[in-house]
Amino acid sequence: MPELTLDDLRRILRAAGGEDDPATLDGDILDATFADLGYDSLAMLEMVSRIEREFGTSIPDELVPDMPTPRTAIGLINSRLRAAA
Amino acid sequence: MITGLGVMAPTGRTVAAHWSAVLAGRSALTTISQFDASGYPVRVAGTVPGFEPRSHVPGRVVPQTDRWTHLGLAAAAQALDDAALDPATVPEYEMGVTTASSSGGTEFGQREIEALWRDGPSHVGAYQSIAWFYAATTGQISIRHGLRGPCGVLVTEQAGGLDAIGQARRLIRSGLRAVVTGGTDASLCPYGVVAQLSSGRLSTATDPSRAYAPFDAYAAGHVPGEGGGMLIVEEAQAAAERGAAHRYGAVAGYAATFDPPPGSTRPPALGRAIRGALADAGLAPDQVGAVFADAAAVPELDRQEAEAIAEIFGPYGVPVTAPKTMTGRLYAGGASLDLVTALMALREGVVPPTSGVRCPVDELRLDLVRDSPRQVALEHVLVVGRGYGGFNAAVVLSR
Repeated sequence: MPELTLDDLRRILRAAGGEDDPATLDGDILDATFADLGYDSLAMLEMVSRIEREFGTSIPDELVPDMPTPRTAIGLINSRLRAAA
Repeated sequence: MITGLGVMAPTGRTVAAHWSAVLAGRSALTTISQFDASGYPVRVAGTVPGFEPRSHVPGRVVPQTDRWTHLGLAAAAQALDDAALDPATVPEYEMGVTTASSSGGTEFGQREIEALWRDGPSHVGAYQSIAWFYAATTGQISIRHGLRGPCGVLVTEQAGGLDAIGQARRLIRSGLRAVVTGGTDASLCPYGVVAQLSSGRLSTATDPSRAYAPFDAYAAGHVPGEGGGMLIVEEAQAAAERGAAHRYGAVAGYAATFDPPPGSTRPPALGRAIRGALADAGLAPDQVGAVFADAAAVPELDRQEAEAIAEIFGPYGVPVTAPKTMTGRLYAGGASLDLVTALMALREGVVPPTSGVRCPVDELRLDLVRDSPRQVALEHVLVVGRGYGGFNAAVVLSR
């Protein structure tokens, strides 16, 4: 079963929303909010859409507010991947 | 009062580089190389070579915005820097942004349309929703520099840069301290070029040195280009109080008119825009030292413009130039770049030449500055812009 790791999320975020300073995403970001990392709602939609494509899953837009941090996003997306497996 | 200038143009990525290129009559028109244009009727364009968005635009903004916005952000930062105006020193609601836009984000749009066609709707990026949009450059400049005063965008094709500075002056009069204004355009992808073809006004010539020849017996349309210019318009007293290093000139007059519909027996409205701008500036025609022409290079449009100029200034009555022959028409960026060039001309007392014209049409009775720059003591200059669809605008700049 495919699983979304923190490194996957970093890579996808960089591709989806760009980055000002590579160090921002390299640190301990699990509990930082995406907003504090500099990613707005459009960046979140783009990130989710890239995860959907890469992992062959579907994530309703309504769930985006339930994943304000990398930890909550990884938890929520992996639980959907497990449920679908 | 205009206190800062920025340029991202085929002729240079700084004001100094652009100015030295146009003074030297060095055309930047080249054969299109960004994509294989061999199957398209348009082969020559003015592109901004060596522009690296990552050197000018915050990393997060690069994938979220189109090339036209990258160029606009770069030119705006340059203009603010030139003005030495730190927006943080201005009350946050007293500085605004008014730019011109013509095509929106076509290159970005082309990538997304390709993804839609090839891979399906789920592959279209979320940023398409904001990247294509005419106001994107204005919005990104506002966000980046924290400018929270009135913001807007004017979409009047090649007249846009003049309408934008007219609006900037209006905002200053209503109490704003400063406005970032100007415009850029970047529509040289296949989709952008095909969209422009519908005007029927593009040159199909293959020789860059002859492809754009306004007021010439061989005039056969214009060459498209990308880039533009940005300007800082500042309330004059505030600029004086902070000791602004540059005071390039003032927007002394502005007027805009709209042409009658095709087939109408009424005359074109360009002359009315010029007269309106002169009246607004309180100047007689003989006080204007030079005219920066719109220079459509479509014979009928050239004739209309030359007639308006000869009627108002007299036959051969004023030096006329079109440095845009060295960049191509930049649409939203075109008149903005002309404003920058005209302000440099005012400051230096020299009118840059028009390139590419070999057989000027005598019947047009224009004193066209060709081949080499002309030294003239300049107090006031006129910039003329016409946008496809009937837009006319004229701006008088004064020292």
